[in-house]
Amino acid sequence: MSTDLKDIHDTHGHGGPAIDAGPRLTGLLGQFDDVSSVVSAAQKTRAAGYKVWDVHSPFPIHGIDAVIGIRPTILPWLVLCGGLTGLCTGLGLQWFCNAYDYPLLVSGKPFFSLPANIPVIFECTVLFSALTSVFGMFGLNRLPLLYNPLFKSARFRRVTDDRFFIWIDETDSQFDEHRTEDFLKSIGATAVERIED
Amino acid sequence: MASVPATEFARIAAQSEADNTTDDPRFRAPLVTGNLDFSGITANVADLAERSTPPKAWYIALGISLSLLGLLGACIGYLMLTGVGVWGNNQPVGWGFGIVNFVFWVGIGHAGTLISAILYLFRQNWRTGINRMAEAMTIFAVVCAGLFPGIHVGRPWLAYWLFPIPNQMELWPQFRSPLLWDVFAVGTYATVSLLFWYVGLVPDIATFRDRSKTRIKQIVYGILALGWNGSSRHWHRYERAYLLLAALATPLVLSVHSVVSFDFAVSQIPGWHTTVFPPYFVAGAIYGGFAMVICLAVPARQLFGLKNIITLRHMDNMAKITLATSMMVGYAYLTEFFVAAYSGNPHEQFTFHNRVFGPYGWGWCVMTFCNVVSPQLLWSKKIRMNMLVLWIVGMLGNVGMWFERFEIIITSLTRDFLPSSWHAFWPTWVDICTLAGSFGLFMTLFLLFCRFLPVVAMAEVKTMLPAAHAHAHDLHGVDAHRTDYRPDEHLNPDTDAPRLKNR
Repeated sequence: MSTDLKDIHDTHGHGGPAIDAGPRLTGLLGQFDDVSSVVSAAQKTRAAGYKVWDVHSPFPIHGIDAVIGIRPTILPWLVLCGGLTGLCTGLGLQWFCNAYDYPLLVSGKPFFSLPANIPVIFECTVLFSALTSVFGMFGLNRLPLLYNPLFKSARFRRVTDDRFFIWIDETDSQFDEHRTEDFLKSIGATAVERIED
Repeated sequence: MASVPATEFARIAAQSEADNTTDDPRFRAPLVTGNLDFSGITANVADLAERSTPPKAWYIALGISLSLLGLLGACIGYLMLTGVGVWGNNQPVGWGFGIVNFVFWVGIGHAGTLISAILYLFRQNWRTGINRMAEAMTIFAVVCAGLFPGIHVGRPWLAYWLFPIPNQMELWPQFRSPLLWDVFAVGTYATVSLLFWYVGLVPDIATFRDRSKTRIKQIVYGILALGWNGSSRHWHRYERAYLLLAALATPLVLSVHSVVSFDFAVSQIPGWHTTVFPPYFVAGAIYGGFAMVICLAVPARQLFGLKNIITLRHMDNMAKITLATSMMVGYAYLTEFFVAAYSGNPHEQFTFHNRVFGPYGWGWCVMTFCNVVSPQLLWSKKIRMNMLVLWIVGMLGNVGMWFERFEIIITSLTRDFLPSSWHAFWPTWVDICTLAGSFGLFMTLFLLFCRFLPVVAMAEVKTMLPAAHAHAHDLHGVDAHRTDYRPDEHLNPDTDAPRLKNR
């Protein structure tokens, strides 16, 4: 199960994991063979009231965010903060080095003047912003996550090739092993697989 | 719906290695030919990495590259043990091949960032076929570029003094120096390019992971793929991060060669002290970079069977950009001469006269022929479609851009203000072998990349297929351009009423 889905974990759901050590059902995986069918199935899944579910695809599907109801990420704001931090770091670094800690007189110019500091400030701003956008994105996605019960499914390997999947998590309050399986079939899944952990 | 455009699109897309350069305004030309579907693209790209043995040409190229890499190692070792005196640098030519090569390699990288960032912002979809290869080229070129200032500083073991590291002498770098701006500009550029490349690679490495047959490959690709599972929530943040990176890399790439040009423009040497340098350097960098992408893409699509993904249209577009930037470079050359003549400054005028008619005039002729004259061939579509001629024009572009930096650096330094301080510059065998060796480093990295990593951004190319888009009726009631949906917006009020009440 993707830990990401715990964000919207429905507290009305079944309790914690089963006590016995045997394999535990973590959810159901429905396979779809083309974009149109997975998009219309996603619409039906949402309309049916499922909350803890996701669409997996080999590439970003245009418009799927609105279909699933994914809210815009806060990443741009994080990047703005990263950029501002970089800006202050670049400015502070130059002031500290050449004006405060070891004042360096160059051609009689002021110890600290903005125009000469612009290139380094710019580079630091871009550097910090870029680092924030990459590590922020992976962080918000809870990656790296090398163990994932989904990877046990041979069928799921095609998610990086040419197949599309709808995953319904067992923590969803509406989840019922048999009813959900029937539901996935009714919305056009070409195969439904139980994923156990 | 079975209109002319739809059938015409399908006809071209179905042909293998089709001519998809059509400019018929009624439809967008297909960017993937040969009837490839999603799995066809995957199989096509993964083929080179999954073959038990790569083509013979790959081994031959790797052999040559490794030999040159060895030569580079030997030259650097000799330099370190002996000193920069083994180079042709002298007084007044303190910046010899070391800086010529640095500027050359940094410039090469710019095409990669242009393709991956600027063309992304401009929604130029054809970039998806070549962006991975071009970004790899960028990183390897920046590796080569970073090498030269490092070994040029005289005592390379003290190269870390370039960075603001606290030390017992309480000495800090001098932040007014363009050379230090360069450290920050190139350092940032290398880091951002690497991040951009890796972010793009993650979903494609996941494809390799899922196709791997051996345990070692599964583990290595598995770790590199970070557990990517194609979740739509992941894709959402991924696309946003990619857009942000593109928006950040765009001003960055323009700044990098501008800062490199400040190394010259901020000085007072005639021929260097000019305000046209930043745009002139950036245009030249993009021209030289595209020439290099063409030189790499022509053999790569041939040898690795990628002609249906890196199609004729891709090559055609790259040739057009090469032609356009070559004319910008030619215009900058003219501007330099005009400004020198118009300025009334005798030193400036002498420098440009000397550049054409002086002892390095032959280099100026090579530069002008390669950068301004030979690209004019690309006006002809026949030539743009002829891969051999295109490759030769690209190769000439590389030669020309190297000579441009040679001319700028060497002619200005050998003869500056005072004839008593003039001195000629001629490279030594170490200079020449180090230059050749840097090509070995570049090609070795590139060949290894081709064999072990996805050379084409598969996930991005797949989105170019018509099958990647849901039909309009599937998105009924949902505006694909809105991102502000509430999670409960599409719930059915009848069946969902109890759930809604509970909230």
